[in-house]
Amino acid sequence: MSAPAVIVDRLNVSFGSSHVVRDVSFEVAEGESYGIVGESGSGKSTVLRVLAGLNQEWGGAVTIFGKAQPKVRDKAFHRAVQMVFQDPYGSLHPKKTLDDALAEPLAIHGIGDAERRIARALSDVGLPSAFRYRYPHQLSGGQRQRVAIARALVLEPTLFLLDEPTSALDVSIQAEVLNLLQALRQERKLTYILVSHDLAVVGHMCERLMVMQHGQCVEEMSAATLSARKPETAYAQALLVASEGFRRQG
Amino acid sequence: MSQAVTPLLEVDNLKVNFHTPTGIVRAVRGLSFSLGRERLGIVGESGSGKSMTGRAILDLIPYPGEVLADRMLFRGEDLLTMPKATRRKLRGRRISMVMQDPKFSLNPVMTVGDQIAEAYRVHHKANAREARERTLTMLEAVQIREPERVYALYPHEVSGGMGQRVMIAMMLIAEPDILIADEPTSALDVTVQLQVLKILDDLVTSRSMGLIFISHDLHLVQSFCDRVIVMYGGKAMETMPASELADPSAMARRHPYTLGLLGCLPELGKPKGKLSTLTRDPEWLA
Repeated sequence: MSAPAVIVDRLNVSFGSSHVVRDVSFEVAEGESYGIVGESGSGKSTVLRVLAGLNQEWGGAVTIFGKAQPKVRDKAFHRAVQMVFQDPYGSLHPKKTLDDALAEPLAIHGIGDAERRIARALSDVGLPSAFRYRYPHQLSGGQRQRVAIARALVLEPTLFLLDEPTSALDVSIQAEVLNLLQALRQERKLTYILVSHDLAVVGHMCERLMVMQHGQCVEEMSAATLSARKPETAYAQALLVASEGFRRQG
Repeated sequence: MSQAVTPLLEVDNLKVNFHTPTGIVRAVRGLSFSLGRERLGIVGESGSGKSMTGRAILDLIPYPGEVLADRMLFRGEDLLTMPKATRRKLRGRRISMVMQDPKFSLNPVMTVGDQIAEAYRVHHKANAREARERTLTMLEAVQIREPERVYALYPHEVSGGMGQRVMIAMMLIAEPDILIADEPTSALDVTVQLQVLKILDDLVTSRSMGLIFISHDLHLVQSFCDRVIVMYGGKAMETMPASELADPSAMARRHPYTLGLLGCLPELGKPKGKLSTLTRDPEWLA
């Protein structure tokens, strides 16, 4: 394995008086899929937003592909790093066709050959070309999330930041989107950082993961440790038990 | 449970139709079930008609929807033919419903305590002081540690888990016979979800109520309910004891849709290279 794709060193984020990310450090190797798990308010999405450059107030050091990242990122960064958001209903412009949505990032980065690239991105995510001039409201939730992935994919990034990419979807649609993400990673040698509250999804998608609570990293473990149900800390254990459903005492 | 007792609820061939300019949308297509003093789970994906079933029982289907059924009996009384006013009296008093998200279901400009007290006074003759006392007891019953303090809070000042407990307190204060819980814990974190379920479970059991638990989460329903109805496209694909959902030896008897739903879930400890996806057979809706 080459040098890590992402190095986060003692990341701290505060909003006013609340300290939401405390001294979080981790490394992600190139081509690896890394999961961040935690409950709401644990700071997991904030970590991802800092990596994506969406949150410009933070302390610590973030190195991505060997380059220390400033608070405000350059264009090349935004081409190499793309994010897919949780809610496909909120993350697509309702008055723009899919063609507009996919053409915009290409125009921003001055990439030619838009015609072919858009067609390819749509076929990569398994959407028929007839969808190209449709509006988001004409698509189902799963199809919209595919569009959001295509939108990220069209720039041919190397690092994908996934913020709960399937939690707004039905289980059957979730399976389709997860399969798509797996296949894309294999084909394109992408690096993933996946944030989710669902341990089973992270266990399925990632090789390593971090459990967060109250803005801190509680435990870092391999997917094998997770599926063997042998996390070391009590909190990670509790999360694991809770994810298995309801248990009646006695 | 003895079958000789009249069930709390009997539904025969329930249909919910929406008449739209582009044709009739059939949200529920002929669902039949009965409910005793038990926990009945209704699982399905979005659009399967599970929430519409809950709303139809309470007569909460808005225009242009219509509810049709061959029979809909609440403790032997016919819900379909009774006057609207009688039915309205049942709603909230004998049959009540907990919604998914406390953020949108509570009145934002009224303290949570006053809202619960109001729910009590609508159904019971009580003065303000009695209602307040009942409310505090109820808040304690849903394991809110400082009921006096929480009584005076507005909905935006409570967390999601506490908001959901407030909703449960509000729905149970009238001591209904049937509680319909529509995704009561889907907006909550897993650990909080379990606390809320535990409270719901204790209250439902100790008051021997009938619970209809509507959810999209197969694992949760399987672990929480006694019986499960799996719905797809407005129809019941199958009804089974919840324990059978986790029983490998019972899988041969399962409907292909149920198997499909189980198959597409990623599971810890059972690595699957590729998740199987659902193939839907149009025959299921025939």
